[in-house]
Order: sequence, then C-alpha cells, then structure tokens
Amino acid sequence: MTATLVVGIDGGGTGNRALAHARKLAKLIGDCEIVVAFVIEWSPFSFHSAEENAIRHKRREEEISAATARIVEPALAMLREAGFAARGVVRHGNVADCLNDIAVEEGADQIVVARSSDGGFAARVFGSVTASLVMTAAVPVTVVG
Amino acid sequence: MRQFLVAALAALFALPASAQEGGIDAAVNEAFASATGWFVNFIFAPIPGTSFAWIVAWLVIGASVFTIYFGFVQFRVVGHSLALVSGKYSDPKDAGEVSHFQALATALSGTVGLGNIAGVAVAVSIGGAGATFWMILAGLLGMASKFTECTLGVKYRNEYPDGTVSGGPMYYITKGFTERGLPGGKILAILFSVFCVLGALGGGNMFQANQAHQQISGVVGDYPGWITGLIFAAIVFIVIVGGIKSIARVTEKVVPFMGVLYVGVALVIILMNLDMVGTAFSQIIDGAFTGNGIVGGAVGALIQGFRRAAFSNEAGVGSAAIAHSAVKTKEPITEGFVSLLEPFIDTVVICTMTALVIIITGQLMTDPATGLYMIGDDGRVVTATGATGVGLTSAAFGSVFSWFPYLLVVAVVLFAFSTMISWSYYGLKAWTYMFGEGKAQELTFKVIFCVFTVIGAAASLGPVIDFSDAMIFAMAVVNIVALYLLMPIVKRELDSYLSRLRSGEIKRFKP
Repeated sequence: MTATLVVGIDGGGTGNRALAHARKLAKLIGDCEIVVAFVIEWSPFSFHSAEENAIRHKRREEEISAATARIVEPALAMLREAGFAARGVVRHGNVADCLNDIAVEEGADQIVVARSSDGGFAARVFGSVTASLVMTAAVPVTVVG
Repeated sequence: MRQFLVAALAALFALPASAQEGGIDAAVNEAFASATGWFVNFIFAPIPGTSFAWIVAWLVIGASVFTIYFGFVQFRVVGHSLALVSGKYSDPKDAGEVSHFQALATALSGTVGLGNIAGVAVAVSIGGAGATFWMILAGLLGMASKFTECTLGVKYRNEYPDGTVSGGPMYYITKGFTERGLPGGKILAILFSVFCVLGALGGGNMFQANQAHQQISGVVGDYPGWITGLIFAAIVFIVIVGGIKSIARVTEKVVPFMGVLYVGVALVIILMNLDMVGTAFSQIIDGAFTGNGIVGGAVGALIQGFRRAAFSNEAGVGSAAIAHSAVKTKEPITEGFVSLLEPFIDTVVICTMTALVIIITGQLMTDPATGLYMIGDDGRVVTATGATGVGLTSAAFGSVFSWFPYLLVVAVVLFAFSTMISWSYYGLKAWTYMFGEGKAQELTFKVIFCVFTVIGAAASLGPVIDFSDAMIFAMAVVNIVALYLLMPIVKRELDSYLSRLRSGEIKRFKP
C-alpha cells in the first residue's frame, strides 16, 4: 500500500527543509507519494473595499497560478527528477487548518512541516502555524527543526 | 446633472474672486444652494393637504410591502443569516473568494459612518427623542427592502470573462425587466444611474467632507472649509485615481475597530446611567406619538426618524446591492439573508446607541414647567451646548468622557473617508453603466468626485444635507419601483431555498 506524506512548503528555506526531510522519509518508506501543499494565507473574516471584492475572483485565480508556477511546480519537478511520485496542491485559508484538511482528504499518513526561525512576539501571542498544527492535526505531524 | 456640474465648476472658478471679496465658503454655498434647491423642494414636497413628505411615505410603504410580501422574512431567518455570515454554509472549495462576511463588512463600511453619528443627532435635534422610535421601526422594516435588493443584485450581476463582477440596480433592472417581459428597463436603469452618481457626489461625498470639516474645525479652531476639502480631495484622488490601495486597506481595517470602539463607549455610558434608560425610552415612546412640543408634532418626529434612518442604512436605495453583488455564492438569496443584518446593525443597534447617549446625557433641553422641548428660532430643539450634527453627538459623549471628542474626530474622519471610498465605487459603477467601461470615463468621474469633495467641505450643512438626502431618496424612488416589479422573482427564490433548506438538500459544511 502506498504511503502518503503531505509536505507544507512556503516558497523559502523553511519549506525546503521540510521537503528535504520528506524525501528522506519517502526513501526509507519506499512506496510513497509526496503531496506538496502550499497555502495562501487568507481569512473569510478579513476586510476589503468594494473595488477589491469586485476583482477578488480574478485575483484568486492569479494567486493560485502564480503559486503553482513559482513555488509548487519547481518543487514537484525536483522531486520527480529524483524519482519520487509527487503531486501539488494550492489552497487559500488558514495554513494549519488547510494542511490538516489536505492530509485528511488525501488519507495521508503524516504531515511534514518545518519550524520557522522567526518566531517572535506575534508567534508567542497568537501561536505559530506549527504549534497549532501539532495541537489540532488528525494525523501524525513531523516538525523539522 | 449638467446643472450640478456647471454649479460645481462655477463655484471652483469663482474661488479666487470670492476669496478677495471675503468668503470662498459663502460663494460655494450660494452657488450650490441655488443650483440644487429646486430638486430638493420636489423630493421633499408634502403630500397635498398634509405636512407629510411624499418621499418618506414612499419608503415606509415600500419597506412595509416587502415585509408583508415576504412574510416578515427579517424576523424568520436571522438565525440562518448568522450561520451564513459565520461561514457554516460556505463551501471550503470557495476559500479565497469573497465570503458572506466580507460582502457584509464592505457594505457596512459604506453605511456605518456619519449617518450614525451626525444623522441621528440631526434627527433628535429636529424630531426630538421620539424620532428614535421611528428610526428603529424604519430600520426593522428596511431589513426587508435590503433583502429584496441584495438578492436581485447577486442574481442579475454581470460576471465578465476576466473574472471581475459588476452588480447593482442598473443590472437587475435591465435583466430582470427583460426576463419578466416588462418595458422601460433600460430607461429606468439609466435614471437610477443618474441619481446614483448624484447620490455618490452628495451623501457619499459632500456630506462626509462637510461633517469631517465641522468636526476637525471644532477641535483645532475655525478655518475655511475648502482647505479640508482640498486635503480630503487630494487623499481620495491618490487612492481612487493613483491606485494607492494601502491607504484604503488601512482604513478598511481601522474603521471596523473604530465602529466597535464607538459602540463600546456608548454602551459604557448607557450602563453608567442605567437608571436613566427607562426614562429615555419613555421619552422616545412618548415623543413618537405626541412629539413633546417639537415642530410638526408626532408627524415631525416620524419624518425625521424615517428620513435619517433611510440616509443611514440606505435600505431601498440600491447602493447595498452594488456592494453585496461580489459575494461568492450559488444561491443569490443567501446574500439577501446576510444583507438584512445590515439595517439591524446600522440603525437598530448603532443609531439607537447614539440617540440614547444624546437623550441620557440631557442634551435636548426641556421646559421644566411644561416638560416639552424648548424650540429655537430655527425650529430645532435647543441643545445644552447649542451644537447640531456631529457637534451634538460629540458634546453628548464628551459630557461623560472629556477625551471622547478627540477620538470622535479620528472616527469621523475615518468613517467619512471610508464612506467616500465606498461611494466613489458605487458612483463609478453607475457612471460606467451609462458611459461604458474605460480609463477615460473612469477618470472623468473620479475627478468630478474630488471636485465635489471640496464643495461639500466648503458649503454649509443645510444645503449639503438637503442635497444629499434628495439624491439618496431619488435613487430609492427608481429602485423601489423596480423592486415592486421584480419581487415575485425574489419570492420564488425564497420559497425554493427555504424548502430545500428544510429538506436537508442545502447542507452545512461546518457544524
């Protein structure tokens, strides 16, 4: 049976660390598919002007295309080149919630994310993505340091 | 329309000459009042043999008809409306699109503002405490008008191939009339668009600039209004023409915070004077049916209550249908359910808070011997500080918290700015409906909008408020005619949706 790993990437060094760990795990597992997930932070409770709302659908499509082309596709190309089975997903929403939803929908065995180095004041007050993912995820979570 | 533009340009060109003769503001005021007076008189003409303005009756009857026709929908679906706003029925696949909450918040940022602060003060200073009762009733009835227009706004919006959306009365009038085989849709849509452009320039622009100036000058000292007008016009120009979205974005985030803060302070004042709340409500109910000595008696209170409620929540005016039309939903009726919360929040909650604070803090002077209001030469209730408009609300809040007037200056300026940005969009949509989409057409409207900002700040409150009201109500005249003719379509949508909701066909995505 094929194992599935969901890897959260951010287009930067943090995501690359998660991706590198997922590759290691996939190699050890053998029959494994990697789902590369990029989440565009978005809240249905944010405020916009009427003009922004009118072009929102267009913007959303542009955001998804840009994230797919610039972040997800290069990661998938690298994985496939190394011989891994990989797929990409781009979503809008809360990062922790979306990664968990993707893992549940895909029947994933594990979520792999990396801890961001810039914790800072906001993360202490509001909690970081990794912390809330660890607290709420329905599947095991590996947090790469 | 042309006459207003001529007056606007004449006023601007007259500025240098008038400045030397001693009054740019006076020149602008005079030119403006003479250009708009005839239309204002027509809109507020009384029903023959009464002192009751026909336009107020028009709005009340409209809201009552929608309330009855849809079986008091505003009281039946509130629970479901809240569930929709909280996202319980939103498909997770639509994440990133405009949510029900966002459409409601955007529409609210266009309506919550000076109408709630200055408009209520005008209502009670002319109509006494009793005006509040009629304002609340107008808010409750207006929920049905808003429901009708916003459902149609989403149902008949234009969705362009590039993914952008345009909606509003002009679209549902043309498409809905064609669907029902009714004649005259195009003419009515153009008439609405003309009034919408003028409403955007009046209530959505001049009134805002005017009251912002009054508030700022009240704190920093008196100075010519055209200076405030020029500063406001420059910032608005930068945002709507220059595309500097960061200013609008900051405003969109700060305005809700200011709104919550305003309601919070009002609540604290009400709680501090809890023993007075009973007396205040008895003044409100007494005044609603007796007038308590105001000019025009109970009818005067009713007219003021309905007039200011309509100006504040814009129910039946059609502007909200433009704002709500961008929502992502497969069921247009759901946005109708969400939109009916708008008059409730705006009028029943926020306007009532303002009125209660003004009444509780004893701003409206009564004759101790008779218990009736003391009426000044201008026909208004004499107030404790002599202030009207924003000044009266500021004095009421300031009598409890001395720092509040400073906070109110910031709130008024932000509310005014946010409303101006919203209405510049509504006006633009009506403008491009008439003259076509295109950069040149858009720029023309935006420049005119900024010119009127200066005029609004320089003119005195009387002519500005009359013009603003007249244009907003003129939109309602056309819009409500269309709503009467199109309401069977909304009824079909309502019945179908509610039966599917009851049968479980419409599912919740979150518990």
